[in-house]
Amino acid sequence: MNQHSLVSISDLSKEKMLRLLEQARYFEEHPNHKILDGKVVGTLFFEPSTRTRLSFETAVNRLGGRIIGFADANTTSSSKGETLKDTIKMVSNYVDLIIMRHYLEGAARYAAEVTDIPVINAGDGANQHPSQTMLDLYSIYKTQGTLQGLTITLVGDLKYGRTVHSLIMAMKYFSPTFRFVACDELQMPKEYLKYCDEQGIDYSIHTDFSAEVINTSDIIYMTRVQRERFTDLAEYERVKDLYTLHNAMLDNSRDNLRILHPLPRVNEISPDVDDNPKAYYFNQARNGLYMRQALICDALQIAPDA
Amino acid sequence: MTTNKTSLAVAALRNGTVIDHIPADQLFKCVKILGVENLSNQLTIGNNLMSHKLGAKGIIKIADITFPEKVLNRVALVAPTAVVNIIRDYHVVEKRPVVLPQTVVGIVRCSNPKCITNNEPMATRFEVVDAESRTIRCHYCNHATTGAKADII
Repeated sequence: MNQHSLVSISDLSKEKMLRLLEQARYFEEHPNHKILDGKVVGTLFFEPSTRTRLSFETAVNRLGGRIIGFADANTTSSSKGETLKDTIKMVSNYVDLIIMRHYLEGAARYAAEVTDIPVINAGDGANQHPSQTMLDLYSIYKTQGTLQGLTITLVGDLKYGRTVHSLIMAMKYFSPTFRFVACDELQMPKEYLKYCDEQGIDYSIHTDFSAEVINTSDIIYMTRVQRERFTDLAEYERVKDLYTLHNAMLDNSRDNLRILHPLPRVNEISPDVDDNPKAYYFNQARNGLYMRQALICDALQIAPDA
Repeated sequence: MTTNKTSLAVAALRNGTVIDHIPADQLFKCVKILGVENLSNQLTIGNNLMSHKLGAKGIIKIADITFPEKVLNRVALVAPTAVVNIIRDYHVVEKRPVVLPQTVVGIVRCSNPKCITNNEPMATRFEVVDAESRTIRCHYCNHATTGAKADII
C-alpha cells in the first residue's frame, strides 16, 4: 500500500485539505505547468463516467503527463474474469499512478492495498468519491473566502447521495451549520445525524424548501432526486418538483450565496437559474480540474511549483 | 439440581477446551467460527441446555485441543457471554470470558452484495466500531452490521 493513495475523504487531515486547496488555487493560476514530464498515469474506468474521466485526463494532460487506460471495462480482461487484484498488479508495472473508478464498493481500498504505487479513487459504487468532495470544498472556499462557520443547505436526495455524506465529513473541521432539506423518504440517514452529533456539527431537518431556509444560506448544494430511489412511485410524483430551485426563489437570498450541484442535473435546478450570478455549478465543474491537478501531484509527491 | 442435569447431559472432558454460556441461537455460528467441524478430535455440541443466565444455552466441548486465544475471541462477535474453560485431567485450570477483538478478519461475509469482498477472492475485514452493540463496519465498503446479524463465512 502506498501512503499517498487517496481512497476516502476521511483519509485526509485538516492540514492536508487546506494544503490541497492552496495547491488547487496554484493550478488555477498555472493550469499548464508541465511538471508530470515522463510520468505515465493509468485511468482505469471499470464503470463509465464521462465527467470524472475527462476531468482527470485533462488534469494529467495539462500537467504534461501521459495517459494509458480504458473507459469501459467491457474492453478489458476483467470481462474475461480476471480479478481486480490481477488487473491492478499488471497495470502497476507500467504506470506511476492509478486513477480508478469501479462499480463495486470498497474496490478502491482493495486496489490501494494490493499495489505499491498510489491509487486515487475516482468513485467506487455508492461508497466514496473524494475528488468530488475536494472540488466541492474548493468551490465553497473560493466563493466564500473561508470554510469556517458557513451555513450550508443540502437539498434533494440526502439518503443515497454520497456527495452530501462526504461533504459533511469533510466540513467537520470548519464549524458549519447544515440544513437538510428532503422528503421523509430521502432524508439524511440516522448514521450521519449521529456523526453530526458526535462531531458537534449544528444541523436542522426540513421537509419544506422554504424562503427562510434559502435566504439564510451561504451555500445551497442541490442534488438529483432519482425516480429509481422510490419504492412508491406515487410518492416520487408527489415530491419530485418540491425540491426544484427556480430563479425567483433567490430574490431575497444573501449576496454571497452560491448554488452548487455535482451534476448532471435534470430538473432540480430550473434553467432560469443558470444566468443568475449565484449559479456556480458550471464553475464548480471547472474547479474539479484544478483540484484534480493538486490531487495527482500530491499522490505522486511532486511539488506544484517545482 | 439443574447444574447437575446439565453436566450429565454433556459428557465430561479429560483434557481439552469447553466453550460454555453460548446463547442457544448463536451456537452453530460459533461452531462455524471455530471451524471445529473439520477436526478429528472428539467433539460434543450441546444446545438448548438450561441456563440461569441465558435461559437456554449452548456448549462446545473439544477433547485434546487448545486454541490460540485470538481464535477463541472471535466467538465474542456472536456470543459475548461465552466463557472458555481449559480442562486438564478433568479439572478446570483456566476460565475466562471471550473478548471482542478490534478487527475481524475472514470470518464474516459483508451484507452488501455490491461490496468488493463479495465479488473478488479475498478475505473480508471488519473493524469494531461499537463494542457494546457489537457493531462492525466493513473495512472496504463501510457497510455496518451487528455481530448478532453477522453472516458467518
